[in-house]
Amino acid sequence: MERKLTPWERILLARHPNRPTFSDFLDALFDNFIELHGDRLYGDDPAIITGLGTFNDESVVVIGQEKGKSVQEKMKRNFGMPHPEGYRKALRIMKMAEKFSLPVISFIDTAGAYPGIGAEERGQAWAIAQNLKEMSVLKTPIIVVVLSEGGSGGALGIGVGDYIMILENAYYSVISPEGCASILFRDSSKAPEAAEALKITAEDLYKLGLVDEIIPEPNGGAHQDFEGTISNLKSALKRVLKKLKEKDVKILLEERWLKLRNYGRFYEEAKEK
Amino acid sequence: MFRDFLKRNENKDKFRDIPDGLWIKCPQCSQIIYSKDWNENLKVCIKCGYHDQLTAYERIDLLIDDSTFEEFDTHISPIDILGFIDTKPYTQRIKEAQEATGLKDAIVVGKGEINGIPVYIIVMDFRFIGGSMGSVVGEKVVRTVERALKDRIPVVSVISSGGARMQEGLFSLFQMAKTSAAIARLSDAKIPYINVLTHPSTAGVLASFGSLGDVIIAEPGALIGFTGPRVIEQTIKQKLPEGFQRSEFLLEHGMVDLVVERKKLKNTLFLILNHLWRKSWKES
Repeated sequence: MERKLTPWERILLARHPNRPTFSDFLDALFDNFIELHGDRLYGDDPAIITGLGTFNDESVVVIGQEKGKSVQEKMKRNFGMPHPEGYRKALRIMKMAEKFSLPVISFIDTAGAYPGIGAEERGQAWAIAQNLKEMSVLKTPIIVVVLSEGGSGGALGIGVGDYIMILENAYYSVISPEGCASILFRDSSKAPEAAEALKITAEDLYKLGLVDEIIPEPNGGAHQDFEGTISNLKSALKRVLKKLKEKDVKILLEERWLKLRNYGRFYEEAKEK
Repeated sequence: MFRDFLKRNENKDKFRDIPDGLWIKCPQCSQIIYSKDWNENLKVCIKCGYHDQLTAYERIDLLIDDSTFEEFDTHISPIDILGFIDTKPYTQRIKEAQEATGLKDAIVVGKGEINGIPVYIIVMDFRFIGGSMGSVVGEKVVRTVERALKDRIPVVSVISSGGARMQEGLFSLFQMAKTSAAIARLSDAKIPYINVLTHPSTAGVLASFGSLGDVIIAEPGALIGFTGPRVIEQTIKQKLPEGFQRSEFLLEHGMVDLVVERKKLKNTLFLILNHLWRKSWKES
């Protein structure tokens, strides 16, 4: 009999060494891809790949966080942990998408934005904030797909959009389970408990209304049956892209605002007056 | 103004430190200072210039003209959405923080005047679970911005926060997107938005509405950054240089417009608002 995976087991799957990375999805989903480099301010961040491609015979702008596969490539890509240049490059390309009325498809797979000296010196927080602000009003459809790891602000920095998809075994969290365990549980070995408490699996997030759709992964996860995973993702992207492209931009932006506006739950007493 | 600041301290007992007549040890230079002098100097060390944290109401007394402050959204309080329990339940953390501070959450919002200029003001309070942002903070920021859009009045936000609140999970992370989207609308409407970054201003709050101001002012010596220094040191396995991520460091790296000591903060806000908004310098 099959049993349900625990949140921690999902995280281990999301971090599985054989799990496909963004570049695999890029190859499988898009044709005629041209990679575009650099933020025009400081440098090019290999942790985020941006460019132009065709999906279903139509041009789109593609953005994605890439962790790398070989040790060498992982080093080059900083294990998928972006610097401010990565977020600024993504914003530059998104502005171009707006200018030429191309939809944006943004793929998340990062443990988080890089915590380093250079990243702080060059305004990591500023770069992420700017993206959140600009993406909330970008006049073109944005689809976000969480592929494996949705690591906090580093993920959200390319993650504001009209429709949020998440792969079945991916997770998306305000803090890594390890970080949460060490701060709140005062014991980093309690990461599995923290993972449970944080409600970070695709299923939990869908139930909480924080993601719009779960992309099913065949048995054993995306690395066991990549074709099957791609087929599921492809049909979802086709359907959603078509729907979003038909919308008037004004309505699209109004709906995006309402979506963002409604995040959050609190208790409101009847006003005394 | 400062008399009112002190009056509150003496009469309403809103300051967290020792009553009058006792001595205070500066947390930075260890100088022993008479508590009355400490408070009279706005909780800034006379010897080394260390800026101690203020509560939300102390900050409002400092910045807003006497008897012009009107508080909004006092009827919104946090709930335990996820049933979150770490070393203690989130519900208990909320209750303890509420009892200790008299606040419902880590934020106070309202309307008031800065030397006669009407503003909406957002002030965070670090005492409440590290000034962390969950659903209530996000909602109150957005409601304040919505009022400012309707009335066309500038917004000032004073940050004092460790970041997003872990106990509300992804809801907290998404407050970053929610608040930033509100600031985008304020910006499109060409209404001034000014950030005041105080110690500490980090992570999710800095990487959203905390750094999106038209003008960003920092108090001296405040810790300002995306990732806390301890995590950076653990990652890069080296010690961080002296002054790293402090206000003056960020000024040098072009991330803040100016570093302003506490006693000049109100007047600096007034000058900026007058330039950007009122534009005329004739007595009104």
